[in-house]
Amino acid sequence: MSELIIKNGYVFDPISGIKGDKADIAIKDGKIVDKVSAKAKSIDANGKTVMAGGVDIHTHVVGPKVNLGREMRPEDKLFRGSVRGGIVKQGKRMEMGFSIPSTWKTGYSYARLGYTYVNEAAMPPLMAPHVHEEIRDTPIIDISAMPVFGNNWFCLEYLKNKEIENNAAYIAWLLKATYGVGIKCVNPGGTEAWAWGENCVNIHDPVPYFDITPAEIIKGLIESNEYLGLPHSLHLHGNNLGNPGNYTDTLDTLKLAEGYKAKNKFGRTQVIHNTHLQFHSYKGNSWGTFGSAAKEVMDYVNKADNITIDLGCVTLDETTTMTADGPFEHHLQSLNHLKWANCDVELETGSGIVPFVYDKDSAVVGIQWATGLELGLYAKDMMRVFITTDHPNAGPFTRYPRIIKWLMSNKARLATLDSMKGKAKVIAATDLASMDRELNLYEIAMMTRAGPARALGMSNMYGSLAAGADANIAIYDLDAKKLPTDPELIEEAFSKTAYTIKEGVIVVQGGEIVAEPPNHTVWTKVTMPENTQVMRDIKEKFTKSYTVNLENYAVFDDHVYRPRAIEVDVA
Amino acid sequence: METVTMTLVQHPELYLECYSVTPDLFAGKSLAEIADLPAHEGKIVWKLGDFFKFDGKSGATAAETRIIVNGDVHKMKRFGQQMTAGEILINSAADMYVGCWMRGGKITVKGNADAFLGIAMEGGEITVEGDATNHVGSAYRGDWRGMSGGLIRVKGKAGNDIGTAMTGGTIIIEGDAFIHVLTHADGGTVIIKGDVEGRVGGQMVKGDAYVLGKILYPLPGFKKVATVEKECDGQTYTFDQYIGDLGERKGKKKGEVIYGNIYLKA
Amino acid sequence: MPKVIENVGCPYCGCSCDDVRVTVSDDGKKVLEVENVCAIGTEIFKHGSSDHRIRKPRLRQPDGSMKDITYEEAIEWTAQHLYKAKKPLMYGFGSTNCEGQAAAARVMETAGGMLDNCATICHGPSFLAIFDNGYPTCTLGEVKNRADVIVYWGSNPAHAHPRHMSRYSIFPRGFFTGKGQKKRTVIVVDPRYTDTANVADIHLRVKQGHDYELFDAFRMVVNGHADDLPDVVADVPKEQILEVAEIMANARFGTTFFGMGLTHSDGRNHNIDIAISLTRDLNKVAKWTIMAMRGHYNIAGPGVVWSWTFGFPYCLDLTKKNYAHMNPGETSSVDMAMRDEVDMFINIGTDAGAHFPIPAVQHLKKHPWVTIDPSINMASEISDLHIPVCICGVDVGGVVYRMDNVPIQFRQVIDPQGLLDDETLLNKIADRLDELNAQGA
Repeated sequence: MSELIIKNGYVFDPISGIKGDKADIAIKDGKIVDKVSAKAKSIDANGKTVMAGGVDIHTHVVGPKVNLGREMRPEDKLFRGSVRGGIVKQGKRMEMGFSIPSTWKTGYSYARLGYTYVNEAAMPPLMAPHVHEEIRDTPIIDISAMPVFGNNWFCLEYLKNKEIENNAAYIAWLLKATYGVGIKCVNPGGTEAWAWGENCVNIHDPVPYFDITPAEIIKGLIESNEYLGLPHSLHLHGNNLGNPGNYTDTLDTLKLAEGYKAKNKFGRTQVIHNTHLQFHSYKGNSWGTFGSAAKEVMDYVNKADNITIDLGCVTLDETTTMTADGPFEHHLQSLNHLKWANCDVELETGSGIVPFVYDKDSAVVGIQWATGLELGLYAKDMMRVFITTDHPNAGPFTRYPRIIKWLMSNKARLATLDSMKGKAKVIAATDLASMDRELNLYEIAMMTRAGPARALGMSNMYGSLAAGADANIAIYDLDAKKLPTDPELIEEAFSKTAYTIKEGVIVVQGGEIVAEPPNHTVWTKVTMPENTQVMRDIKEKFTKSYTVNLENYAVFDDHVYRPRAIEVDVA
Repeated sequence: METVTMTLVQHPELYLECYSVTPDLFAGKSLAEIADLPAHEGKIVWKLGDFFKFDGKSGATAAETRIIVNGDVHKMKRFGQQMTAGEILINSAADMYVGCWMRGGKITVKGNADAFLGIAMEGGEITVEGDATNHVGSAYRGDWRGMSGGLIRVKGKAGNDIGTAMTGGTIIIEGDAFIHVLTHADGGTVIIKGDVEGRVGGQMVKGDAYVLGKILYPLPGFKKVATVEKECDGQTYTFDQYIGDLGERKGKKKGEVIYGNIYLKA
Repeated sequence: MPKVIENVGCPYCGCSCDDVRVTVSDDGKKVLEVENVCAIGTEIFKHGSSDHRIRKPRLRQPDGSMKDITYEEAIEWTAQHLYKAKKPLMYGFGSTNCEGQAAAARVMETAGGMLDNCATICHGPSFLAIFDNGYPTCTLGEVKNRADVIVYWGSNPAHAHPRHMSRYSIFPRGFFTGKGQKKRTVIVVDPRYTDTANVADIHLRVKQGHDYELFDAFRMVVNGHADDLPDVVADVPKEQILEVAEIMANARFGTTFFGMGLTHSDGRNHNIDIAISLTRDLNKVAKWTIMAMRGHYNIAGPGVVWSWTFGFPYCLDLTKKNYAHMNPGETSSVDMAMRDEVDMFINIGTDAGAHFPIPAVQHLKKHPWVTIDPSINMASEISDLHIPVCICGVDVGGVVYRMDNVPIQFRQVIDPQGLLDDETLLNKIADRLDELNAQGA
């Protein structure tokens, strides 16, 4: 019976409504409890900030495209070892890579930031065994992965025929086959079109051959998700990412959620999570007239309480873009001419990878940077707006502390803006320079743990300090009552926790890895009556179109590591 | 300028990584401190003093420090890695990575230099009096930013991958070269005074190759556009000018397409 | 009663076929029959229950003979030598599962040594090209369901990948390719008239070692410089180049499969690099993908596993223990062996004795040499220690990566009868190394 008590910290826990009061947090056997015995080991958090372990709702950390990104970028590892001025080995295994860290570095780095659960944003179902192998080799942090559905032939066919029940049954089957957690949709229809070298540039642009529009796919997936009552909502990366003027497409996409209400037992309120909104909030009709539409987009999001979003903030680093949006990556390589990987996956999805240098002296990059921050600063309900960098697309997750600094400090924002060569253009094309809002620690806690956990339908386990939740806790060396006037110290404090606790085990102390307990694979187990039609369709597709046998497709149970099922019953 | 002379007293069994031998790391240190600097042989971390004896003294800064390496160091790599200033004189052959990622200063190798000579070099000057092998002034694997500045002069011959992904600076090979010169280059100049087997300028966006000998197998992607007089390493010659690689993408400047050039001595 | 096991993966070539039917004896110890598999695959399954299999580690004695020892003794011997060596090299993995490859990564990180796989003598140049230019590819099902133009360049699947053309590329009737071979155009580029060229619509007989020039010519056509083409490039006449470029540019979905003909001729990585450039060009006007014809059923595996572990797919220098370095040419097995740069060698799941140049083998032979392999081969016969292990796909299952990096889950079909699998063996070696390191520290 291991007991631990964290004493006298300033506690920020939006799930239980604690707003920086001094409080003690008691832990027993890996869970948060109301009280512990006098024998409990004590951690003095006096003068420090205590939050639940961070929850990343959208990140690319395990799986085939992440790994091809690692493989194709040896230069991402250049001079990043210890004698080369990088990280010193702290855990059992070495830490390699900057923008696309090795699995070991991923686990250690998230833990150092105080994160304990992350959601891999795109799992190609055919490649699911690969995703699970990487989860096995990622230390400390719990991981779930979302299979992609938006270009899946089964879904395209069922949804074209409005067969929501069959589509839902297929989704339930695939979640089990891949040990996936929820429904991801990337560039609906566009990636299938890309298999012919084409794209779907807006929600009404029909998918070649399948004769369905992205709008129909999105609505169909919302309906399927709510039919099943999954913990998370549809997780959407919409059409026309990254292009000037795309915010009208984004608004059209978000409006598809109108009239839908979340149906689930997990406390989730949204029906669409629109990810990396920054990439979808641009004005203009060319790179010359490029501008931020953060205000227009957030005005809508603020009103629509069945939508959640994450920011996808640009960190101004050299990074590696990677997405199941195959046509976007092809477009990007035609702009920056750097190396380009692509992998179309039979019947299911595709992906692309291109390195990208977010050069702060480029006006377009400066505008992207401002747009991401504006989305956060225009937000009204921080339980629906989450901090991400769409890791590694807009920058590596290791920069979250920098994003937090920018959101908490106008001084920090202005200093960065001042350092940009295209400053005047950035100021003209965005509102950032005139926004003096500074977020507080309670809002940061909403945006980095409580909010994402609720949106994932898991706030009883993660992102919470309420009794019964996993004892995942981050203690930051930050005096909540006397925040430093130097914003760099805020970034510093969020970069290395004083302590990170994972299921009751101290894994980080003084910013260094001190233990690495094994993680969990989080997935959604749907129980519903067998659908013979769907099972017949599955058999047929495997006989005719797949190149892998059906019996070898579903991940074998012994290839899933320390699974933790979220159970859903569909009558 | 002060001089530190290091003389080989013990050969390594395998190969020794002499990344510590740079004016930057020697500057301001006593001889004892210099002898304490690390060097890897496989997983074993030795001290430079386990292999060399040291004389003289170092300067206060890299720019004021000259290093003379005596003895046969052909099994030692990474002399002058990332150096920014000062001088190194190697009085024998050296192994791989002489002057790798070099930013400034001067290195002279009296004998041959093995592969990856001056890779991703940004500035400074390297002279090899013997031969070089492959990857002279090329990029590190996967990097699109190869050699961007400085001068590499090889008085003997060289192998393949000369100036791969080069963006600036000059490489002069006074002897023959094998294949792949300025492949994927986006700038920079390579001069080959001898013959080249082939593949000069393949996938080149821009850059200038000068060949005073022959190109045995020219690429189809280059076409002759003019005969010009050009200065090349201090002498003026008549060259046939070829532009290309016509298969590769091309940038524009003031509405005009910018090609890569091969100047082949007429 | 014999048992039939279905959906078995084949541990031979990069096709990683997963539709094999294996009949095994009642006691689960013998393979009786193998169906749906090529001739070579059949032999591997049959070998699994051969009476001639080595079942105990063997250590060379001072008189040159080999003596049976226990696994424990073999693990101790290997760990001690790894601990002592300055720069040990572990090389192979042509026939191990990913679980074994992950354990190998742990061993060599703990030992502080070099770790490399057979790509180093095979598709290593393809990795170099991917580093420099990316990899616009697809899974094999995309080829089956969509491709109407297939190019085999410097590869001969008729011999090296026996079921490749029938399962994935030329013959199958897929979703959008219901007419199969009839509606596909097949182009073979090879200096020889191979058996694959025999089934092609067009055979370009490129001058050996001059593929790069031919790619450059295709790129000129695609980028609008057809007029500047010489009359003949690499022995291929201009008219034929124009004809094939036209077919490529008009493809609905095209795929180029390339093999050793590109990776093993002058220029190596550059031949693939420019093939990737051509694929990029073609995507401006059509849909094109490219794929390496990886040799073994899981030789893609180590590249995948070590990329997530270290960020590099092969030629790993782990001697610094807290960061990895990779630079083929320096850290590649054959280069190191030729320079006599390593002082211990572990040959695992391959046969360096047969595949490496003789001077390289001579250098390696001066130092302790361990072979971890189910079979007797040239490497095992010159080793100081031979440790037999399970055959992946026969005695043990596991995850393997097909040539298109699709993970395939292989099954165990017979009882290993006391043999250790690679993963277990290697983890025991790593555990022992951890102890030795702790004692040393």
